[in-house]
Amino acid sequence: MDNLIIVKGTCMFVKLPQDLDCNNAAVIRSESDKIMERESIRTIIFDFEKTNFMDSTGIGVIMGRYKSIKLVGGSVSAINVNPSVEKLLTLSGIHKLIRINEVSGLKMPVK
Amino acid sequence: MKSKNRMKIEFDSNTNNIGFARVCVAAFLTQLNPTLEEVSDVKTAVSEAVTNAVIHGYDKEEGGQVEITSVLEDDMLTIRIADRGRGIEDVSKAMEPLFTTKAENEHSGMGFMFMQAFMDEVNVESNIGVGTIVTMKKRIGCEQI
Repeated sequence: MDNLIIVKGTCMFVKLPQDLDCNNAAVIRSESDKIMERESIRTIIFDFEKTNFMDSTGIGVIMGRYKSIKLVGGSVSAINVNPSVEKLLTLSGIHKLIRINEVSGLKMPVK
Repeated sequence: MKSKNRMKIEFDSNTNNIGFARVCVAAFLTQLNPTLEEVSDVKTAVSEAVTNAVIHGYDKEEGGQVEITSVLEDDMLTIRIADRGRGIEDVSKAMEPLFTTKAENEHSGMGFMFMQAFMDEVNVESNIGVGTIVTMKKRIGCEQI
């Protein structure tokens, strides 16, 4: 998980893996929660640039982070989302809660 | 003339094998010349069913086996995913959107919903202590012009 989560100010960037399924969801969940306990995060940006597969486990990961950030009045964005991932975000209804691809060409900050 | 082709794989119930399973079925499916969207739909549906077998059927315990049989018959893809795990007490309840028995692990309760959304037909047969068989069908190529 090295360099997959980067914090800049109150913003946390989470670089998601190529496949976001039940096999790697737990580590993303625990790593990002650890940071959220330590820092005062207000914005979470999930970067799907490398992700070409996601299933409902991924929805659970995003939903879980959304619930915690909502408690402190923060927000969640998803960037570089491809059409197949977007289809899942839409079907799940989560597209109503988070911003999808609103910023184009956004690059992860360098640590 | 009817063309028919069949494959069968069996693997250990392990989260590492979920990716293997969906890629296997997707590779088998390429013979029907599917669109990228169809491949992606099938991969998601397989991933959901296999995840259910590993996480719920065997409760992540080692030693279980998951078996996938897939048949291509003309433009119809049939996938049968079977485990010999604990079984589902109430199938129709399990298939309700957002229903989950593992909310604490942030399971979204959307697995069956995605299977139904991405496949033309989803059928679930389950017996307590015996296991679960999910059979899904999808016609490939009907969205192509």
